[in-house]
Amino acid sequence: MTGSPVALELRGISHRFGDLLAVERVDLCVAPGELVALIGPSGCGKSTLFDIVAGLAQPDAGEVRFDGRPVADRLGASAYMPQRDALLPWRRVDANVGLPLELQGRRRAEARRVARPLLERFGLADFAGYWPWQLSGGMRHRVAFLRTVISRPGLVLLDEPFGDLDGLTRADLQEWLGDLLVELGPTVALVTHDVAEAVFLADRVVVLTPRPARVAAEIPVGLPRPRPAASREAPEVVALERQVREALHEAAWVP
Amino acid sequence: MRTVAALPGVAAGSTPQRRRSLLRLGRLGPPVVLLAAAAGAWQAITSALHVDPTVLPGPVLVVTATWAERAQLWPAMVTTTLEALLGLALSVAVALPLAVSIDWWRPVRSGVYPLIVASQTLPVIVLAPLVVIWFGFGLGPKIALVALFSFFPIAVGAVQGLGSADPEVLDLLRTMRATRRQLLTKVKLPCALPQVFTGLEISVTYAFTSAIVAEWVGATQGLGVFMTAAANDAPRQTDVVLGATVVTALLTVALFGVVAALQRAAMPWRSRGPA
Repeated sequence: MTGSPVALELRGISHRFGDLLAVERVDLCVAPGELVALIGPSGCGKSTLFDIVAGLAQPDAGEVRFDGRPVADRLGASAYMPQRDALLPWRRVDANVGLPLELQGRRRAEARRVARPLLERFGLADFAGYWPWQLSGGMRHRVAFLRTVISRPGLVLLDEPFGDLDGLTRADLQEWLGDLLVELGPTVALVTHDVAEAVFLADRVVVLTPRPARVAAEIPVGLPRPRPAASREAPEVVALERQVREALHEAAWVP
Repeated sequence: MRTVAALPGVAAGSTPQRRRSLLRLGRLGPPVVLLAAAAGAWQAITSALHVDPTVLPGPVLVVTATWAERAQLWPAMVTTTLEALLGLALSVAVALPLAVSIDWWRPVRSGVYPLIVASQTLPVIVLAPLVVIWFGFGLGPKIALVALFSFFPIAVGAVQGLGSADPEVLDLLRTMRATRRQLLTKVKLPCALPQVFTGLEISVTYAFTSAIVAEWVGATQGLGVFMTAAANDAPRQTDVVLGATVVTALLTVALFGVVAALQRAAMPWRSRGPA
């Protein structure tokens, strides 16, 4: 990360699929180390926005800047975590975590060696030799998170990362991830449709309108991270959640 | 793997492989019992009705007569097995690279793939005499015919297997700057393995049959020659012909088992526990 005050900047991003306008003039700035949650109803174009930032798609209009510079070829510039864990079933846990390093040209054995201490540090050491099918959904997600951060990315994109987990596992994993992200310190953009998740994890919550996605409101959370599980019931957190919910409601009524 | 069961988040038990092999043995039971019952009934009928053994010999006669011919049967088995194995190997050696190029280059896919599918309308059996004209009476035409028979299931299995890779996973690897080559070796090929093996299993069931058909058309050695010779003997050795048929079936089953073992070795993530 250079000294730029803005790690990720979206300037007037618009994107359409045929006649369907998915994203409309989205402007967004994320400071280095900041965690911004993008929240909006399902199918509002959040994932399209992420595909654009990750470099899988090019916007019809606008530009994406990393550290203040526009970047056209963005593949590999950020670490992307999809909604499903997308682990490769033919790789053991440590080899799955080491995959990004292998794709950069390191040998598999070396990638696994780098993965081991990371697995240890975040409570997965005993599972290094397991196949993905031997793990529960929550464990698979942890493995996928470690795969996302192993190459020490400056920018992490989390696309509804707890989407298909049950409520208890999800809360547990949010706390685990909150600690991990503070410890590793990347800039994070998190897409979610869960209000409590957004407020619990983020420094700032950006509310998007239903399709086409536009920025409707920005709500700073202003609490230090990582946050203890108990903070979920704190009055200021509950108030923030209500504020986000109201903003979502209002966004849905804007034509 | 000490305290596996005590660790949280482990979905499966401790020794899936042992349980699986017991299951596999258990599955063998019913068909074996059924087969034995059928053989018993067959023996009873031929004995009770005094059926002419040159028309339908009983299973006991089939076994004893074939065993008596083992000096001729053994080299015939070796020859035909060699033809089947080499034919299958040739088929795999052509089908897999072809499937990869079909997956890699769009023009190859649109040009070659329909031809492969259309080639299935050719009656390969009818090609046997032609293959003899081209390749003579040695191993060549048998290998060629086995390869022709077994090519299609393997090639189609491989093409479809390569195409079955999850697009979301491929996209994820692209965001990690994976090259096309890496997408192939790290996702598509492992993903294609199950379907390649399914194709290979189908081909194995054809391999011995097609080798024997090729031998009927023209050969000096092999199970096909052995069977024709026994059938044309005076008196006809119907029992030995039937015995050779059973041997062919057993060889196919054995090869099937070898392919299944290869499959388990190639895809350890499906059966084995943690390292």
